[in-house]
Amino acid sequence: MSLVHVTDLTVEFGDLRAVDGLSFTLAPGAALALVGESGSGKSTVASALLGLHRGTGARVSGSVGVAGVDVQQASDDELRRLRGAKAAMVFQDPLSSLDPYYAIGDQIAEVYRVHTRVSRRTARARAVEVLDRVGIPDAVRRSRSRPHEFSGGMRQRALIAMALACEPELLIADEPTTALDVTVQAQILDLLHTLRQETGMGLLLVTHDVGVAAESVDDVLVMRHGRTVEHGPVGTVLGAPAQAYTRELLAAVPRVDAPRVTSGGSGAGVSGGSAVGASGGSGGGASGGSGASGGSGGGAFGGSGEGAAEAAPEVVLEPAPEVVLEAVGLRREFGRGKRAFAAVDGVSLTVRRGETLGVVGESGSGKTTLGRMLVGLLEPTAGQVRHDGHARVGVNPAVQMVFQDPVSSLNPRRSVGESIADPIRARGERDEQRIRGRVRELLERVGLEGAHYDRYPHEFSGGQRQRVGIARALAADPRVIVCDEPVSALDVTTQAQVVALLGELQRELGLALVFVAHDLAVVRQVSDRVAVMRRGRIVEEGPADEVYDSPRDAYTKQLLTAVPALDPEIAARRRAERGAVAVS
Amino acid sequence: MSGFTGFAVRRTVSAVLTLLALSVIIYVVFYATPGNVAQITCGPRCSPEQVHQVAQQLRLDDPLYLRYWHFLQGMVVGHDYSTGTSVEHCPAPCLGLSYQSDQQVTQIILNKLPVSLSLVVGGMVLWLLLGVGTGVLSAWRRGRFSERALTGVTLAGVATPAFVIGLVLMIVVCGQLELLPFPEYVPFSDDPEQWMWGLLLPWVTLALGEAAYFARLTRASMLETLAEDHIRTFRAYGVGERSIVGRHALRGALAPIIALNANDFGSAVGGAVLIESLFGLPGIGQELVHAVTVVDLPVVVGMVLVIGFFVVLANAVADVLYAVADRRVVLA
Amino acid sequence: MSEALVAAEIPGATAPGISGARQFWRRLRAQRAAMVAAGVVALLVLVALAAPLLTALEGQDPTTYHPSLVDSARGGVPIGSFGGVSGDHWLGVEPQTGRDLFARLVYGARVSLGVALGATAVQVLLGVVVGVAAALGNRWVDQLLSRVTDIIVAMPLMIMALALLAIVPENFPRPILVALVIGFVAWGTIGKIARAQTLTLKELDYVAAARLSGWGTWRIARRELLPGLAAPVITYAALMVPANISIEASLSFLGVGVKPPTASWGQMLSSANVWYQAAPQYLLLPAAALFVTVLALTVLGDGVRTALDPRAASRLRVGTGRKREARSDLSGAAEPGPANAKEAIS
Repeated sequence: MSLVHVTDLTVEFGDLRAVDGLSFTLAPGAALALVGESGSGKSTVASALLGLHRGTGARVSGSVGVAGVDVQQASDDELRRLRGAKAAMVFQDPLSSLDPYYAIGDQIAEVYRVHTRVSRRTARARAVEVLDRVGIPDAVRRSRSRPHEFSGGMRQRALIAMALACEPELLIADEPTTALDVTVQAQILDLLHTLRQETGMGLLLVTHDVGVAAESVDDVLVMRHGRTVEHGPVGTVLGAPAQAYTRELLAAVPRVDAPRVTSGGSGAGVSGGSAVGASGGSGGGASGGSGASGGSGGGAFGGSGEGAAEAAPEVVLEPAPEVVLEAVGLRREFGRGKRAFAAVDGVSLTVRRGETLGVVGESGSGKTTLGRMLVGLLEPTAGQVRHDGHARVGVNPAVQMVFQDPVSSLNPRRSVGESIADPIRARGERDEQRIRGRVRELLERVGLEGAHYDRYPHEFSGGQRQRVGIARALAADPRVIVCDEPVSALDVTTQAQVVALLGELQRELGLALVFVAHDLAVVRQVSDRVAVMRRGRIVEEGPADEVYDSPRDAYTKQLLTAVPALDPEIAARRRAERGAVAVS
Repeated sequence: MSGFTGFAVRRTVSAVLTLLALSVIIYVVFYATPGNVAQITCGPRCSPEQVHQVAQQLRLDDPLYLRYWHFLQGMVVGHDYSTGTSVEHCPAPCLGLSYQSDQQVTQIILNKLPVSLSLVVGGMVLWLLLGVGTGVLSAWRRGRFSERALTGVTLAGVATPAFVIGLVLMIVVCGQLELLPFPEYVPFSDDPEQWMWGLLLPWVTLALGEAAYFARLTRASMLETLAEDHIRTFRAYGVGERSIVGRHALRGALAPIIALNANDFGSAVGGAVLIESLFGLPGIGQELVHAVTVVDLPVVVGMVLVIGFFVVLANAVADVLYAVADRRVVLA
Repeated sequence: MSEALVAAEIPGATAPGISGARQFWRRLRAQRAAMVAAGVVALLVLVALAAPLLTALEGQDPTTYHPSLVDSARGGVPIGSFGGVSGDHWLGVEPQTGRDLFARLVYGARVSLGVALGATAVQVLLGVVVGVAAALGNRWVDQLLSRVTDIIVAMPLMIMALALLAIVPENFPRPILVALVIGFVAWGTIGKIARAQTLTLKELDYVAAARLSGWGTWRIARRELLPGLAAPVITYAALMVPANISIEASLSFLGVGVKPPTASWGQMLSSANVWYQAAPQYLLLPAAALFVTVLALTVLGDGVRTALDPRAASRLRVGTGRKREARSDLSGAAEPGPANAKEAIS
């Protein structure tokens, strides 16, 4: 008998049909991933397995059987006995998924006592046991801590511990690693893998990330618009997809192990060559420890006087295009007194005309702060930003930014045309006809329609809004655009389109791009050179292929092995490698 | 816990600074007004000699900051007033002299304080019990008829000024039904039972309006918590509704309730003024209204400062309690 | 203290704008209670505006004494049933003076609504100016203004209003004075809301984008920030109007607000206090007027709040003092946060 049996499941919220006649089964101990982009209905399915739609106004039809319980017909009490005891769920955001006011151990004990008639003391002991089991060090003491005292990865471990408490037959993991950094993600996926092997529980993984699925499951079910697109063993579906949509999805996934695909061959060659020379200079300065950063700090103070021009890079190879943007010994502190810390701690880099510099790092690495300093939105505590060799303070139309969040980066109360027209008007252009014409041109250039001028941001999808943001940046006729996580809020297919657009514009307009992102694969796809950031410093910098194929820094190596692979076999090998890196 | 002690210390310092700032504002507003301050302070029936003496005692010839400094000194170490022939000593928290009633302001306030404290503290116990209880009940019964009824009642409670509630209660309960005697103040030390009976109606009057406000707040705050992700987690783990509402949602609602109780303390003190006037209770509210009517400046200034002291104190205590309820405040 | 609380009371930053105005009306119209309340409020405003007309229709005015209509032998109780109700005096007359009650009631509506609206206008103006200045000013400006705001918020406004009313000259027009005093002692919360919202707004990427496009601070404040303040400020102002009516009534009840011969509901209640047995309608009429007005305005205020903040659909929104991460947290929690909020525009 199967562990999960879903037949013809349909879930409707008002007029919206989120799940549309979905059927699948999951054998005891097996692992299935529901993969799909946003709006595909995958999380709705996960909630339906535990009957969580009951009483929310959603209409659910079809039959759902989990561990021998008919979820649709079960009484409230039967449902409660299923939840947590036979099938347990792990949520996406571990911080908001735990009660902030109670100790972790107490929360696990509470759940345990709901399903077993044991004393408080026994339940508490069980909580410590499972916390220890998921790899939380010093579990006895940590069980008395509240969620906010844990790091993101530890919180997700604690949530998994809660799921384990009653030894469920099925674990439902709803985007369990989406909120986590890539290295932590790898640890959590490894933990889930080990737990499955040891306890023999079944796993239903809901994810948007094909790589995460490849790492963790036996079978994949690709969803779109609430329906099954393709269902089969992970090797078959990902290796030889039968459906067009699956192929499209896979093609859009950026690969960390594939070199950058460039259509404009010669240009890339030139900039690649120049990048080697440049990285020799600035890379050495950044990773050379305190002595080197002290030196660049001195340079910054000299430059603030008159010597800006003479501070041009010492290592100059003649065919290299000119440096358009340069950071010298940038440092930025937040907070004062004892709480002060440096988000960016001595970063020097150069960006040349027509090239893309990728800046990659995990959360807290200081990459966003760096990006904001480069465009002048943040004043550095020390060091300076130079445009064409001249020190600059504050914003400058020649250096623009594309923001991460497509929702907050456009004023909801102004039409997109007005937003795009801002830089043109700020330049002093008064001729309405010309302004409108230019904005139309820009809208068309980024793949929208000129007639969209008078529409408001909420009428656009996330990808379209990001295009509007790019058009606004272009309106200032910039020489450099700093892109701060420009695609991280987008679905993978949209992501690929926006990345392609940026590349096109760069070749056409000779723009320099600084591409700040956490996603190593995306950065590789767009960058000529890559700088890896950690704790406010650049730990490694060089031509993209060099950094990715033969990383020198231990942290870069760790990052690269943590990236999920699309091929299950490679995934298994990586898992082994990760074990080795962790040990060494 | 050291972080917590630090927080408490910082909060205390900030409270003292706030009080100082308040005293400066009050002093400047009231003693730097246009017009003859000495004449106003002394009262309309004063002779020119008396006015002259008051002007000397208030040191009206000194610049404002020096006068304020003396005022502050009086509060900390006391003050001696020379009346020409004799010297009147005004001990430590000296808030000045009321020339119109010929008493020390501190003494006037101390005489009236027990009445007001009895009223506000008793009322607060009542409104917290009543308000939080109703709020929890309506969050628990959400979507049902009983919740709608409660919501309607609390809305009416919020909408009615306290003195209207008091008037109606007094007319109906004391006048028509004769269930209770008309309220009067009997000191607790004289007869605790009479004290309670005499204050019952004022307490209820004060508490009804505030309780309605708290019921709305508690309900809103609990519903807010119930919509959060961690509640979903416990539902997904089979935890029952009783535990979810009573344990998790209430715990989440606790911190804002504490914070708002402090904020509300101020408005309750304002309400107490009305209720004292309405029921003829001899508290500082009634005294303040009297002082305002006859323009007895030293008493007005003293009253405002004392009330400010209690309000700032309540806020500081609430902040510390808030930090206990929500440890993250300390870290932030 | 309750910084976070105030912040959390603010409707979402994605509050409706030009495109949202229609949505706002639709959401407001969908609430039956709010629409009934709006009808009541409209009627009250109409009565207040038409007070001279209505009293002319009755043939009375609010200040003329009618000694012949009160029984001086019984201490001034109105002669006739129901407190002297007649064709000439639709709601009877005031004890002792014999002034027409209907006229006083409708003229009282003028004072109550006028003072409340005036006070609200002063509060909004002061609050927004101080709040925005604190949010956009440097650290010291912010410190100073925030501390003053804290004091204003903490101090009981009844007490402050009472005290202020003690020192103002007697000859100043009383209703205007009361409106000003209420306005000056109760702008604190709007100030806090305006400051918190401005701080939130100026952290938004679209404000950063506007800076990058080369506009100056003033234009950004006008174009990008102020429209975003409208929703939370309107929401709070809508709830302040009934509160201000209560305050005016309370002050007048205590005898320090609007004074006779000017009629106000609170002042009428104050004089009626001693007459409740002999002439109950004298007390009940202004009490009922006050109750209905404040209730209708409160319901309407709740409706406005719900319409401006859809998430509050079934509840009053009061936060739990916790701020959710607006972003997906991919770019790092340790990076620009509230700590450096000041940099964004200064």
